Amino acid sequence: MIDSTKIREDFPILHQKINGKQFVYFDNAATSQKPKSVVEAISDYYNNYNANVHRGLYKISALATEAYNNARQKVANFIGATPQEVIFTSGTTASINLVAYSWGQENLKENDVVVLSEMEHHSNIVPWHILQKRLGFILRFIEVDENGCLQLDDLTEKCKDAKLVSVTHISNTLGTINPIEKIVKIAHDNGAKVLIDGAQAIPHMPVDVKKIGCDFYAFSGHKMCGPTGVGVLWGKEQILESMPPFFGGGSMIDEVHLDYSTYAQLPNKFEAGTMNIAQVIGLGVAIDYLQSIGLDNILAHEQQMVEVALEKLQSLGGVRIIGNAKHRVGVISFDMGKIHPHDIATILDYEGIAIRAGHHCTQPLMTKFSVPATARASFYFYNTIDEIDLFVKGLQKVKEIFHRVS
Amino acid sequence: MSLRELYQEIVMDHYSDPRNFGKLEEADYHVHVNNPSCGDEIDLEVIVENGKIEQVKFNGHGCVLSQASASMMTEMIKGKDLTEIEDIADNFRCFITGKGEVKIDLQDLEIFEGVKQFPLRVKCACLSWSALREILKKTQQ
Repeated sequence: MIDSTKIREDFPILHQKINGKQFVYFDNAATSQKPKSVVEAISDYYNNYNANVHRGLYKISALATEAYNNARQKVANFIGATPQEVIFTSGTTASINLVAYSWGQENLKENDVVVLSEMEHHSNIVPWHILQKRLGFILRFIEVDENGCLQLDDLTEKCKDAKLVSVTHISNTLGTINPIEKIVKIAHDNGAKVLIDGAQAIPHMPVDVKKIGCDFYAFSGHKMCGPTGVGVLWGKEQILESMPPFFGGGSMIDEVHLDYSTYAQLPNKFEAGTMNIAQVIGLGVAIDYLQSIGLDNILAHEQQMVEVALEKLQSLGGVRIIGNAKHRVGVISFDMGKIHPHDIATILDYEGIAIRAGHHCTQPLMTKFSVPATARASFYFYNTIDEIDLFVKGLQKVKEIFHRVS
Repeated sequence: MSLRELYQEIVMDHYSDPRNFGKLEEADYHVHVNNPSCGDEIDLEVIVENGKIEQVKFNGHGCVLSQASASMMTEMIKGKDLTEIEDIADNFRCFITGKGEVKIDLQDLEIFEGVKQFPLRVKCACLSWSALREILKKTQQ
């Protein structure tokens, strides 16, 4: 089991008061907090060996290059991949856009099909809308049922003529863990490639890209205790090899002449310009930190938190949970009758509790559930059952203030 | 400012019992606005006669601030002439953003004083006012 008291010592931010109240951070699906070791690794780089990578022929540049490459190796080990398949980007959004504009631009044409799902984050919808306007392919959507699970019964039909299936591993709004191995199998049987948006999965459960069997896997550093500004696109080596570069510039070249250029080998082919070196190094340290706790332990802790929270919310009354998947992580979307989620969030903020309210960048999902917005509490391994009690007390206050309208 | 001040009686009253809520049969002008960050939506419709807003209705959904502010705004502008309404809108903007001098008595609208502390919520209180600005623009075309 997780020793929360000990773990919380690694996160100074959690020990402050907000509005005179103990701070409760329940917005982990938006971004996680960072342990001291990550912040220190970033400041150590800037204070002691800040230099560009891959080029300086001097001591600290060699140190920076080594740290940068080590981080790539750590990511590779973390997801069961090889380092040349790990492309650093600025985040999940950039990773998905890279696939769209490099692989998609090259491989999609009129009357081809791309399959998404109704629960996708806007970052896995909008890039395809933009590209669809240029290339004229067809978009199909896997439907979400009333419990917030993907309806896979007709996936084989949906995959007819599909070149790509791009779905999220875990819903950022509902917390549903999708059966992605099954989706990969059906997609591959129908000749489609598969991209998985792993932004919400990789911080909370063990992920092995080879076991999943997908072709691309995208995620961000900042939701997994790492810094903002760094993310990863993992792709199968053979597919990445076949793709044209996305950004052109320094570091991604082999030779440049006035009339043509040739490109570097993987992974540098996709890392043009000076990368977010400090952030990449920070991400490597975040992975060390998560591994020291254990991803299985993190998942078990969060699932226990969800179970307790759902029970307490039910006994509070007046709270409707949106998304009731059996297989889920520590994300709970809810509403409270006529009380707008923004008002719930404002009142909780007065109580020192940070949650998210809005459409969570999943407007089609809001439409599906016929709500303009939801309130969302999302947990991580440093959250405690005591904090759930404070959260429920906060919601009691919401009910009191709104007693005449709800 | 306390929570009780933000969610004070008059605001809650407008929220639970919004004035001029609904649709007009034959509106002269209709504007739809939304706040993409939270999904709040407001439709504002007016009938203009002799340079005055004779009829006004709003429709939509959103948080207490967006809906109460819309309700109070419709009460404030109904029956007034367009130039005066423009003046009220300018003054309300000065008041809520804290930029520029407020030259008129904004009456009940001054209860939104506390909202200034919450930059993200200023948008909520201003949603219906941005619809009104669109309508004023249309009347000048």
